[in-house]
Amino acid sequence: MVNTLDPQNLNNFSEASVSVEIETEDMTLNIGPQHPSTHGVLRLVAKVDGEKVHDVKPVLGYMHRGYEKLAEVRSYPQITTLVNRIDWVAGFSNEIPFIAGAERLMEIEVPERAKHIRLILTEMARISSHFVFNGAYALEVGALTPIFYAMEDRERVLDLIESVTGGRFHPNFNRIGGVKPAAGSGPTTKKDIQDLPAGFYRDTKVAMQKVIEAADQFQNLIGGNEVFKKRTKNVGILTAETAEAFGVSGPILRASGVKSDLRTQTDYLPYDQFEYDIPVGENGDCYDRWDVRVKEMVESAKIVLQAIDSIPSGPLQAKVPKVIKVPKGRTYVRAENPKGEMGYYIVSDGGLGPYRLKVRTASFSNISILPLLLEGALLPDLIAIMGSLDFVLGDVDR
Amino acid sequence: MTDVLVKVGFLALAALNGAIIFTIMDVKGASWMQRRPGPLHVGLRGFIFPLAEILKFVQKEDIIPTEVDRPVFKWAPAYVMVSCVALFAVVPMSPTLVVADLELGVFFALAISSLGTIGVLTAGWSSANKYSLMGGLRAAGQLIAYELPLILAVVGVVIQAETMSLVGIVEKQIEWGVPFVVGGQIVGFLIFMVAATAEMMRVPFDMPIGESELTMGFMTEYSGIRFLIFYISEYMNMFILCAIASTLFLGGYHVPLLPTEWVNFYGPVVLLTKTAILGFILVAVRWSQPRFREDQLQNLAWKILIPASLINILVTAVMKVGF
Repeated sequence: MVNTLDPQNLNNFSEASVSVEIETEDMTLNIGPQHPSTHGVLRLVAKVDGEKVHDVKPVLGYMHRGYEKLAEVRSYPQITTLVNRIDWVAGFSNEIPFIAGAERLMEIEVPERAKHIRLILTEMARISSHFVFNGAYALEVGALTPIFYAMEDRERVLDLIESVTGGRFHPNFNRIGGVKPAAGSGPTTKKDIQDLPAGFYRDTKVAMQKVIEAADQFQNLIGGNEVFKKRTKNVGILTAETAEAFGVSGPILRASGVKSDLRTQTDYLPYDQFEYDIPVGENGDCYDRWDVRVKEMVESAKIVLQAIDSIPSGPLQAKVPKVIKVPKGRTYVRAENPKGEMGYYIVSDGGLGPYRLKVRTASFSNISILPLLLEGALLPDLIAIMGSLDFVLGDVDR
Repeated sequence: MTDVLVKVGFLALAALNGAIIFTIMDVKGASWMQRRPGPLHVGLRGFIFPLAEILKFVQKEDIIPTEVDRPVFKWAPAYVMVSCVALFAVVPMSPTLVVADLELGVFFALAISSLGTIGVLTAGWSSANKYSLMGGLRAAGQLIAYELPLILAVVGVVIQAETMSLVGIVEKQIEWGVPFVVGGQIVGFLIFMVAATAEMMRVPFDMPIGESELTMGFMTEYSGIRFLIFYISEYMNMFILCAIASTLFLGGYHVPLLPTEWVNFYGPVVLLTKTAILGFILVAVRWSQPRFREDQLQNLAWKILIPASLINILVTAVMKVGF
């Protein structure tokens, strides 16, 4: 056979194959740190060929605030203020594992009532976080309306959190040994009526009913939309094995079909007293990730409804020393946050503050899957997949 | 000379007014569906809102980045605007109230409406921004995919009316007694509306802008008055395509049973009402639908709309010859 491309056979060049594909250079598209869909300051360096994404490199660190280091020079009660700001969409849930860790080291038994209040507020934080996701995700696939409804519905939940804690996003409500005593009510023991604001049970019942209605509305109006289904079904499929291998947790892992929920696996809050389902997806695509979160909102609302019915009376705080010193030791407490598993590894040398605090946040591990999921995706799918991971940059960079 | 000036002035005014009416409709539709208080209650029940928006853009600095291709960048909005304004020339408000009743009115309208894409493409190319470039190229791809069904959908009407003059088409519908949308062109009408939505780059076919993907697509680098021109042109385009659709398919300036002698009096009102109804549907779609993906749009155009419009032409022709 004659090699037609050999210079010696150039006179036979007319026989050379002409079906050579034109080599084009990939374009480097810098998505972020300022981009409407990166949830803050995530930067993706994408190599694109037209609409097709060949390679994505996430660049982190634009929001790094050094909370782990800051925690080393603060006392335990001061750190709750910091950890509020890690995942600011669900500020309350960040406090729980940290406080629980400190309590475990100090061997404090938290009163049941305080535990229930923590549980109620954590579930409310989960609901509000999922509301934000719902609105923002619809926005990312191009539907502009749902975010207004989601934000309005979230407002009811935030109002409830505010009425108890005084803060909407950064409640700073947990204390070691319990929750914050109500303002002006003296020492740690007090009557039932003083800790939760008047009308809280009634308002919560109404608000949770509205949450269930809103979730239903989302299922119909967004989930039932043909264009939305086209954009999200079979897009960004994440298999259970890959998800577990990458340390993905929370709704994303459950959407891939893994029934893993720390609320049932650990006992940081008394979830075993309530009945609820753990929604699980089938395909692990963007639609499932969206669907799991909407269903979770309903389940959280159910938990809150049960919890306000069964909340015991009693003290809000266990007996703790005036100056809180955590005994020498180390512990790791993890909790099921709206975004996934959040854990605090506390190393104490017996001082006022931790010797070292390592924060394991869900979003950081969850977005490690991005380069894998985005390979070969189309640019609009890039946004749809990124949005479905529901990360918060404060949670990624800390 | 004065004649021409009056006509041009009329065109510019009509285009601007159409755009403002549709802007009001769009923001009011949006605020109504999204429970936004701004355009519903603030300032004369929200009617002052578009004015405030225009003033805001006028007083903003017109930033031109250093790396752009300056003349092309500066002229791109003009292309888009001119193509929209020129379309107003052929739409008849009544048999006599039309700037130019061209023999090839339909042809003119379809040809001119594609001119705007040149503006979009040049805007995307000259901006020296990758997002703009992608937006511009998406617009070009969209044009190729959607101009075809748009034209093919109109061919059915032309066959049925045996004329390409827009006044002639309306007269034919009056003669028939019913608008073409009832008289056999329902498929053509639906195809036309879908293709027109893609043509004017509105949700669910707004990929050239796609603010969650491409920040603002081909308009990313524009600001101030030039951005305003793009913005206004979008609504002009929407208005005029709705007006053309109502002329071609919905009987234009005439409603069945109304006396034709008085058509000069009620004609404009009837046409504007029909245009507004079509516009309202577009507004409702915009605020309730997500965005398609670029390849899904191409699939829709090439695999569904074009075959459907070809079949529509075939059936129309057979009916025309056979009966």
